[in-house]
Amino acid sequence: MTAFIIYKAIMCVGIFVLLLASAAYATLWERKFAAFLQDRKGPSRAGWGGLLQPLADGVKMFMKEEIIPNVSNRALFILGPSLFMVTAVITSAVVPWAKPVIIGGQTYDLQITDINIGVIYLLGVASIGVYGIMIGGWSSNNKFALLGAVRASSQMISYEIPMGIALIALIISSGGSLSLKTIVEGQDAGLANIVWQPLGFLIFFICALAETNRAPFDLPECETELVGGYHTEYSSMKLGLYLFAEYINMFISSAVIATLYFGGYNFPFAHEIYAKLGLAEGSAMVSLIGFGVLLAKIFGFICLFMWIRWTLPRFRYDQLMNLGWKTLLPLSLFNLAATVVVEYFRGNIHF
Amino acid sequence: MSKKETTYSVNQEVIEEKEYSTLNLGPTHPATHGIFQNVLKMDGEIIHDAVPTIGYIHRAFEKLAERRPYAQITPITDRLNYCSSPINNMGWYMTVEKLLKAEIPKRAQYHRVIIMELSRIADHIICNSVIGVDTGAMTGFLYIFQWREKIYEIFEEICGARLTTNIGRIGGFDKEWSKKAWDLIDTFLKEFPKGLTEFSNLLERNKIFMDRTVNCGPISAERALAYSFVGPNLRAAGVDYDVRVMNPYSSYEDFTFTVPVGTQGDTYDRFMVRQHEMWQSLSIIEQAIKKMPAGAMHADLPDFFLPPKEQVYNNMEALIYHFKIVMGETDIPKGEVYHCVEGGNGELGFYLISDGGRTPFRLHFRRPCFIYYQAYPEMIKGIMLSDAILTMSSMNVIAGELDA
Repeated sequence: MTAFIIYKAIMCVGIFVLLLASAAYATLWERKFAAFLQDRKGPSRAGWGGLLQPLADGVKMFMKEEIIPNVSNRALFILGPSLFMVTAVITSAVVPWAKPVIIGGQTYDLQITDINIGVIYLLGVASIGVYGIMIGGWSSNNKFALLGAVRASSQMISYEIPMGIALIALIISSGGSLSLKTIVEGQDAGLANIVWQPLGFLIFFICALAETNRAPFDLPECETELVGGYHTEYSSMKLGLYLFAEYINMFISSAVIATLYFGGYNFPFAHEIYAKLGLAEGSAMVSLIGFGVLLAKIFGFICLFMWIRWTLPRFRYDQLMNLGWKTLLPLSLFNLAATVVVEYFRGNIHF
Repeated sequence: MSKKETTYSVNQEVIEEKEYSTLNLGPTHPATHGIFQNVLKMDGEIIHDAVPTIGYIHRAFEKLAERRPYAQITPITDRLNYCSSPINNMGWYMTVEKLLKAEIPKRAQYHRVIIMELSRIADHIICNSVIGVDTGAMTGFLYIFQWREKIYEIFEEICGARLTTNIGRIGGFDKEWSKKAWDLIDTFLKEFPKGLTEFSNLLERNKIFMDRTVNCGPISAERALAYSFVGPNLRAAGVDYDVRVMNPYSSYEDFTFTVPVGTQGDTYDRFMVRQHEMWQSLSIIEQAIKKMPAGAMHADLPDFFLPPKEQVYNNMEALIYHFKIVMGETDIPKGEVYHCVEGGNGELGFYLISDGGRTPFRLHFRRPCFIYYQAYPEMIKGIMLSDAILTMSSMNVIAGELDA
């Protein structure tokens, strides 16, 4: 029992640190990437080539004066960013990070917990994330913040529907399990889910962009219209939490996309390569390679997120709603129907 | 932001009961690109009514000008539309020259054309890239700004200043441009088409960008004329009025160029008109360089042209002229003139009354932005907040020119 608690504690702390570090460096990478696209250099003063920039940003955020508007609802004002951060972090609980390791005959899953409704858990936590923005925007008692919060909530709620339907299609084609671990292991044996769910992946990816409030769906915080959007009134580390949580969200979205559609820590010809290298299945080295592969996939998706952000203009509010309800929803329904038909002929479902 | 519960019927009384929220857009808002305020009456995200407030950076330029010698009014014109100061400078010089009935040599006129077209490109770069920024595409903005920087380097080489240029003199230019300036212009002409093409590729046919800008903040040709719109905003509405063609100044009649016109007068048309005008400006500069006549760089106006330093130090008359010019003690003939140039934003006019003496009796700037801004509330009524911001940036309302 003690061993179990220690192992889980190590997992939690490890993944928390991984999230914070990767989100911090995602901010730096975002700035470097944007600079690359825009013929600039990006941050280059703090540390070697700007490597200490996230640290400097963090220190700056903490040192800034904290301003809580008198007219705001103080308790909710503080709750907003905290809730947003918490929901961003706890999404990571169900992501399988690498192959289970076998130490001393004991199997250790490299996943905080493998709940059998992992996919639903993801959707649920993502929905709670809206409250962080809504509460923050509403409690600041600022019209721009309120507009941002309204936009954020309607956007996230609208895009959860096609996202959920795309996930149903995915679950049908991947064998009917809601556990992320089972979904990943299914892709180890067979093909990655993207092969059977190309349209579903596209819908899920667009919805993930919208759920993380990234361009072209960054209406809740578009600086040219709403000043700062829902975080207009926030300062100091509370603002930092909002900005930081966005990067954590992006990291986890990428991880989830990689896990659900691109095989997670698996890669083509994995077993052949392991055999050639003489690595036993279940050894620490195999897990490490798998973890590296997953990180590479996540990095790829983060780059895609950034590439999109720094290339495309953003939608208008009504166009965003049109896209969500009139394009993505029918498409995802079509995808679901097509999946059922395909799976029926593949013999995976029976009536 | 509270809204009373109302039944949505056509009954006018019920609709009037509806409570709107007031939103102060500005005076310091990232989208206003300057300091002006709009008090918006909002129905959710839809703008029901707008009341613009101006005067936040009113600097009483017209009054200031009444106390200043003519040459010293030039720096004031810099600060009108600060995105294309050289055009303002040239327009002012031409107004004074019209009053003095001075004959400007062709060579100086061609140089002026080059300067004016360069600053028109700089102005349009700002406007179009800011439309991009307001739709959320930051990259195009930073990308094409490199070429604005190159234009400013040219200005810096010619006159020493970048933004508020105060370039040239009444009567022409103080000296020949340096070789480096010509080299910079050549490099610019060579490199800019590539950058502009890339910028167009990024935005012009972009689906999201077109969705955002087409039919966004349109104004019909009739309404535009009624408001006395000019420049790119009028041309976008479909009226081919360009001061350079209709009332040529500074030898514009020597060059061939087309005047692009739009059809709907919406944000996309304004964007496209400016894009095409940049290409036309490039061609005008190339023609001017190719046809550049020989001759003097300034008119024979000793009252406005500092004598060479050797003469000032060794010659009594030259010293007197130097002193008179620096102190602005030059009598200007009586008269009343109006001169207009095609500024970056449209017809920039100078209405000048002189009753003799060293300063104008009255000077009025016809500032196109001031006119555009009057139409703004009408244009944004009933559209969404995001569109209102795009409309503002696509009309290129510059606070400096608006308030004077």
